[in-house]
Amino acid sequence: MEIINIKGTDDTPNVILDKASGQFEISGRSLPEDVNQFYEQILDWIDAYAKEPNDRTEFNFKLEYFNTASSKVILDILLKFEEIVESGKEVVIKWHYHEDEEDMLEAGEEYSDIVEIPFDYIVYTD
Amino acid sequence: MEKEKQGFLEFAYQLYKTMKTNEISLVYEGEVTQEITKTFTSLTEKSLSKSAESNTVQKKVFNVMVECLQNISKHADALSEEDEERRGIVMVSKGDDSYNIITGNIIKNEKVPDLKKNLEHINSLDKEGLSALFKQQIKETTISEKGGAGLGFIDIAKKTGSKLGYQFKELNDKVSFFILTSTIKRN
Repeated sequence: MEIINIKGTDDTPNVILDKASGQFEISGRSLPEDVNQFYEQILDWIDAYAKEPNDRTEFNFKLEYFNTASSKVILDILLKFEEIVESGKEVVIKWHYHEDEEDMLEAGEEYSDIVEIPFDYIVYTD
Repeated sequence: MEKEKQGFLEFAYQLYKTMKTNEISLVYEGEVTQEITKTFTSLTEKSLSKSAESNTVQKKVFNVMVECLQNISKHADALSEEDEERRGIVMVSKGDDSYNIITGNIIKNEKVPDLKKNLEHINSLDKEGLSALFKQQIKETTISEKGGAGLGFIDIAKKTGSKLGYQFKELNDKVSFFILTSTIKRN
């Protein structure tokens, strides 16, 4: 599969999706004006990946901030991985949050209440 | 002419004094676009990072500003039919124990009852209630054509832990002015 490697900006995140090396990561900030436009190719890539997923997928979310429109798209991404779990493959969400940011931890916990995927919470300091 | 100039100087000075006394760090009236949103949030972020404010509070101010500004850029209506700009006012002030983010924009009268009901409902909920509403909404919502998810007010209420302050002032039979005050407690 092709590799997606998008460099982050002031309002869009870094995205790495690489099936061969097993790297899956969204990090930085996500507050684009048009979330659909930014995330379309990412969702398409995940749809294709879901057809032939690795036996184990570790997906890292290390977001500093995301707006509410992005929060909906993140749920869409997680729902696609939930289907991969249902198909019998292993998926783990690594949810990173800054030690000062309870809100980011809570956001992860809310997602894990909604989707049936195991979450690991990883705290970081700067 | 001379008198007019004097009047303006007086106005500018009074404005400056009011801003100083109330520790208003930002006032803006005009079109609200994504560029404006990025500029203001990064300005505020920079000035906060120089202050002694905790990271948690800094982040909350940033979060709430983004949601408020994107609300205006997506939902504000125009004063008249010919006007297409999405304008609003934005003000950030620092009090002894809280930051206030005040935004104002024009809204069509027909949208007021639903918006009021929505805000009242959000204000009636506690932390758990807000979290439950958020989880329900995020599952049901779809991203609108304007790019919104309809989650902004819930998110602001959750993150600030304060009730949303709001007011509607009817301007004529078509539109009202909607003012939203979000309060972020320091510590």
